[in-house]
Amino acid sequence: MLEIRALEAGYGSVRVLHGVDLDVGEGEIVALLGSNGAGKSTLNNTLSGIIRPLGGAIRFDGRDVTGATSVKMVDLGVIQVPEGRRIFPNLTVRENLELGSYRRGREGRAAGIERVVAVFPRLSERFGQFAGTLSGGEQQMLAIGRGLMAQPKLLILDEPSLGLSPLLVEEMFSLIRDLHGEGLSILLVEQNVFQSLEIADRAYVLENGLIALQGPAEELVEDEGLKKSYLGM
Amino acid sequence: MELLGFQLPTYGWSTILGSAISGVFLGAIYALVALGLTLIYGVLHIINFAHGALLMLAMYAVYFLWHLGGVDPYLAMLIVVPGGFVFGYCLQRGVIGKTSHGRDEIILLVTLGVAIVIENAALFLFSADERNVQVPYDLDGIDLGVTYVVWTDLAALAGSLLITLALWLFMVRTDTGKAIRAVAKERQGARLVGINVDHIFAISFGIGTACVAAAASLLAPTYAVYPQFGYLFVLIAFTVVVLGGMGSFVGALVGGFVIGITEQLGRLYLGESLGLITISAIFILILLFRPTGLFGQKA
Ligand SMILES: Nc1ncnc2c1ncn2[C@@H]1O[C@H](COP(=O)(O)OP(=O)(O)O)[C@@H](O)[C@H]1O
Ligand SMILES: [Mg+2]
Repeated sequence: MLEIRALEAGYGSVRVLHGVDLDVGEGEIVALLGSNGAGKSTLNNTLSGIIRPLGGAIRFDGRDVTGATSVKMVDLGVIQVPEGRRIFPNLTVRENLELGSYRRGREGRAAGIERVVAVFPRLSERFGQFAGTLSGGEQQMLAIGRGLMAQPKLLILDEPSLGLSPLLVEEMFSLIRDLHGEGLSILLVEQNVFQSLEIADRAYVLENGLIALQGPAEELVEDEGLKKSYLGM
Repeated sequence: MELLGFQLPTYGWSTILGSAISGVFLGAIYALVALGLTLIYGVLHIINFAHGALLMLAMYAVYFLWHLGGVDPYLAMLIVVPGGFVFGYCLQRGVIGKTSHGRDEIILLVTLGVAIVIENAALFLFSADERNVQVPYDLDGIDLGVTYVVWTDLAALAGSLLITLALWLFMVRTDTGKAIRAVAKERQGARLVGINVDHIFAISFGIGTACVAAAASLLAPTYAVYPQFGYLFVLIAFTVVVLGGMGSFVGALVGGFVIGITEQLGRLYLGESLGLITISAIFILILLFRPTGLFGQKA
C-alpha cells in the first residue's frame, strides 16, 4: 500500500532523513519507534506533503506520490493525526469534525459524525464547545475523530498517547486495535515501545534519520539491542 | 463647558445628537474598511498597507463607471465587489505570496510597495485632481427632527450592516468560511485536513479587497476621490481595528461606530481640523490601557 524508498528530507539545508525504506501493507499496523529527534515526525510530514522530500521515492496504492501536495495526499486517503493534535482551537468541536471531511464534500458528513460519536461518545456532549476548551484527552479524541472524518485508507498516528493519563493510554491502544480490526491500515509512531509492539504487525526503529532495526513485532520484542536502548533492560 | 482650561462651545442637545447620528453613518463606513483590514490581519497576521490604495483604486473604478458608462455608484457594486475580490485574490496569490515566501516582515514591505505603486500609477494616470460622482439624489433625505439624514448616509449604514452580516454568515456557515477561521489559528492542522492554505490566504485577501470596494461604492456619492484618498480612511480604519481588537468582526463594527461618533463630536467641539485629534487620543489610550482592544483575544 505504502512504499517508501531511500527517502531523504529535512529543513532548509539540514537533512534529517538520510535514506529511509519503509513499507505499510494493506490492513497492517506498522509501528515506527525511535527516540526524540530521530526524525519520525519529519517522516510523517513528508508523507503528508507538508515537507517536500529531497530525494528518494514514495508510492501509495501503486501510484508515485513523491513530492505530492498535502491536498493530494488527503484526497488519496493518507491522513495524519499529528503530534500535538493541531486541532482548530477557535472552532467548535462539530466544526473541527466537519473540516475533517473538507475534501470529502458534505454527503457522507452526517454519517461520518455519527461514526465518530459512536467511537467517542464523550465528544458529542461537547459539540458546541470551542475545541480549545477541551481537556488534553478530549483534544486527542477530537484529533483522531477529525482524522476519521476524512475516510482514511492509511491513518498516520503521531504519538497519540503523548500527555495522556495511564488509563487513557490504555484506552487509546485499544481504540487503535479496534480501528485496525475494521481493516484500517495504520502507521503508528510511538515512544511507548512495549504497548506499540504488542498491537503492531511489524515495526521499524528510526535512529538519526536511518532505519536501525526492523522486523515482525514479536521478534523485535525479543531484540537485545532494542531492549537495551529503549526498555532499559 | 471647559476642558483642561479651554473654553469649549456650548451646544443644545439636538445639535449634539445630530452630530452623533452623522458619526454613526461615518462609523459604518469605517467599520466596513476595518472589516477588510481585520480579516486580512486575522488570517495572514499582517497589516495590509495596500488597503488604502485599494480603496482609492475602487473609488476610481466607481467614478469611471459613472463618468464613462453612466453607471449609478450603488449599481457599480455589482461590478467592483466581484472585481475587487478577483483583484485582491490575484494580488495575494500572484505578487504578495510569491515574493514574500511566507515571511511576515517581507509581506509587510511588499504590501507597502504595492501601495506605493498603485498610488503613483493613479497619480500618473488620473492626475492629482479631485473627482466626484454626482448623483441627482445626493441631497434627498428624511427629516428626523434633530437632524436631516440624506439617503446616501442611510445607504452607507444599511450597506455596511448587511455586508457585515453576510460576511459573518459566510464565515460560520460555509466550509470555506470555516477553513479561513481554521487557517487563522492553525495552519499546519489546516494543511493536514487538505486545506490549500495559499488559496485561503488569497481568498481572505480577496474578501478584504471586496469589502473596500463595497465601501468605495457607498462613499462615492459623498466623497471626492484623489490619489491619496485612502490614507486618512485607512489610518482611521486601523485605529478602529486596534480599538475593536485585531481580527475581531464585532470589534470592527463596534469600533467603527465609536470612532465615527467620536470624530464627529470632536469636530463639533474642537473644529474641523482639530477634531481628528480625538481619534489619535483614543488610539494612544487603547494601546496604553487595553492593547488587546475591546473584543480582542490575548495572543
Ligand atoms: N520545523 C523544523 N525546522 C527545523 N528543524 C526541525 C523542525 N522540526 C524538526 N526539526 C529537527 O529535525 C529533527 C527530527 O525531528 P522530528 O522529526 O520532530 O523527530 P521525532 O518526531 O522523531 O521526535 C530534530 O533534530 C529536530 O530538531
Ligand atoms: Mg515527533
